[in-house]
Amino acid sequence: MSTLSVHARPGLFWFSSPQTFFPLAGRLTPWFFVIGAVLAALGLYVGFFVAPTDATQGESYRIIFIHVPAAWMSMFLYLIMAFWAALGLILNTRVSSMMATAIAPTGALMTVLALITGSLWGRPTWGTYWVWDARLTSELILLFLYLGFLALQAAIDDPRRADKAGAVLALVGVVNIPIIYFSVQWWNTLHQGSSVSLTRSPSMAATMLLGMLLMALAFWSYSIGAALHRVRSILLEREKRSEWARELRAAERLK
Amino acid sequence: MNWASAADFWAMGGYGFYVWGSYATVLAVVVIEIVLLRVRRRRAISEIIGGNLEMGKSTQTVGDR
Repeated sequence: MSTLSVHARPGLFWFSSPQTFFPLAGRLTPWFFVIGAVLAALGLYVGFFVAPTDATQGESYRIIFIHVPAAWMSMFLYLIMAFWAALGLILNTRVSSMMATAIAPTGALMTVLALITGSLWGRPTWGTYWVWDARLTSELILLFLYLGFLALQAAIDDPRRADKAGAVLALVGVVNIPIIYFSVQWWNTLHQGSSVSLTRSPSMAATMLLGMLLMALAFWSYSIGAALHRVRSILLEREKRSEWARELRAAERLK
Repeated sequence: MNWASAADFWAMGGYGFYVWGSYATVLAVVVIEIVLLRVRRRRAISEIIGGNLEMGKSTQTVGDR
């Protein structure tokens, strides 16, 4: 199937063609960053000025407003990365594979943030920065999976072969996600189970939950913006000699 | 309002180091990622504009979607 016949009409593979996807992603990216910034401002306001002091943890609990969103994103982004990688593997759509590659660095950074903010929260509440329990160890393994994915792809010169090898690694690593999620139930761990009912008073929990959800949506929006921004660079890097990249260059629409 | 004064706010009930350490880390990582994204974009564009990309050197396979 030629590339031209794919992008000539809208259909199942309309957005999987680089020349359609590149300008679309470019238009969407700034909106995700703006919405992320607005939600973060609202979430921080609620988190620091509306949500009250926690009954048992004092002010240290306010780390929750970034720790939980970062930890959620580290897991969500892995699943989304594996989904696009699998799609690229099955349908042989190269934009899908590039999407997976674009998500990986942001996912790795979210995992780093979850680990660092978690250890800064663990010190005052557990008395230690790190403990080799199920939740923390499986989250560390998640970081190694992201880094392994990036290193493997960087080590293979042929982009399509790198996509396929990365997809296999990403799919095998999916097994780690339920392990992280259910680790607090399956094993005896220092990490607390539920994160939304920190106090007994329901009205307090409601504003804490609101702050956390606003921050989670902000992290979502930021992550999508970052991934879309990165995938456009990857498209240009990989397809700099293609017809559509030449056309964009001639029209001065590369930015 | 949870805070009696600005100093009270920064102290975070004695947990200032941990709370602000966490938020500073997030801010630093986000700033670093945005800088890296911009550097990568600029490099990719300059390679197309400045690079010597001959039509005959195409590595793109036509049959690939």
